[in-house]
Amino acid sequence: MATVLLPRSLLTLFPGVERRHELAGDTVDQILTALDGAAPGMRDRLVEEGPRLRRHINVFVDGRPADLATPVGATATVHVIPAVSGG
Amino acid sequence: MSQVQLLVGTPKGAFILDGDRDRRDWSLRGPLCEGWPIHDLIVEPESGAILAGGGSPWYGPAVWRSEDDGRTWTHSSEGLSYGDGEGDGVAPITTVWSLATGPDGTLYAGVEPAGLFRSADGGRTWSHVEGLTNHPSRPTWGPGAGGLILHTIVPHPTDAQRVWVGISAVGVFETRDGGATWETRNRGVRADFIPGPEPETGQCVHKFAMAAGQPETLYQQNHCGQYRSTDGGLTWTDLSRNGVPSQFGFPLVTHPRDPETFWVIPLTQPEEGRFMPEASAAVWRSRDAGQTFTRGDAGLPQEDAYLSVLREAMARDTLDPVGIAFGTKTGQLWHSADEGDSWRLVTGNLPEIWAVEAVVRES
Repeated sequence: MATVLLPRSLLTLFPGVERRHELAGDTVDQILTALDGAAPGMRDRLVEEGPRLRRHINVFVDGRPADLATPVGATATVHVIPAVSGG
Repeated sequence: MSQVQLLVGTPKGAFILDGDRDRRDWSLRGPLCEGWPIHDLIVEPESGAILAGGGSPWYGPAVWRSEDDGRTWTHSSEGLSYGDGEGDGVAPITTVWSLATGPDGTLYAGVEPAGLFRSADGGRTWSHVEGLTNHPSRPTWGPGAGGLILHTIVPHPTDAQRVWVGISAVGVFETRDGGATWETRNRGVRADFIPGPEPETGQCVHKFAMAAGQPETLYQQNHCGQYRSTDGGLTWTDLSRNGVPSQFGFPLVTHPRDPETFWVIPLTQPEEGRFMPEASAAVWRSRDAGQTFTRGDAGLPQEDAYLSVLREAMARDTLDPVGIAFGTKTGQLWHSADEGDSWRLVTGNLPEIWAVEAVVRES
């Protein structure tokens, strides 16, 4: 199971959802789909048409920049971080 | 006992001002919607729920909904998409610009890039009104200074099949078959920035509204003048030589009971700064369907007032006399409790005001 860490500004949109999640998935795309199961609607906040990560959302897998296709190892740490470019 | 609310949309969230029937004293709540940029707020007639449309630079577009007078909110953008893929016509939707409810309870949302969506469940899920996007003129649509935005939605008050929308800088469209097909409604509207004969589209509509009790009468504030139509938008008559100090402006609101009364806020031309002419603040009212206009400025600053008001930032309530409110790009919110004869500053320190809605709640 990968460990997924979410930003505070995202959590405020989903009251009661925890910052840290243990989720199964082989790619960032699958992880975010699993995340939507825990917090319905959260994938829409992070992924836009394409599909691709929203322009000002950064995802890191084990500290490296990632996109939806990036593989996620069984013990990986996935950070979701709002980009400074968004404002 | 009537309670009056002013709902305000800004780039730093929504705000609510609570007042009573006198409309002299207001208390401010906010920022709401987690500080998201909010372009439009309405109240759903049946439920009384507040709906707010906007978009976050990080988290995308959404329609927010509060069923407890703004204390708690939910949000959704489920279905608010042109679909996955690459290329023209599937650009990501960045924000919700406008909201409206039809006579059958359908909720409409206009978005950027321009398109129309509808919801049958109060904004929880959305479906694309493809007939508008499929209009033959779509490849020619170009943005105004505010982007390619669907900013005005005017449903017919009794016929759910008829809806008018305004898109910048494209013009007015109407459907008479529930959104399946759309026709342009721009005849007689100037597009001074396009050489040659009057185009079918390309007109820079800024706002339009329906006359009270007369669904075929529409008033329009355009980049190039103020207009009236008495045939549902088929043809428009230019009113900009009837006494207003500038043909340019953004908002326009109509009286809730008198079909010949409406208000506009003329601004200097874009090349001149888009502020109230001579830096002297005024709201202009017509009581005769646009044949003449009267300046209303009592209480407003008359010197050094470089104020600008955006397209959604003026609203009226339904009381008698009608209350009018407008918000400026510099965060001042002004209110008149006497139909625009005199004005009072409600608050002067809000963020840039994008939207104002006035609501009367009976308790």
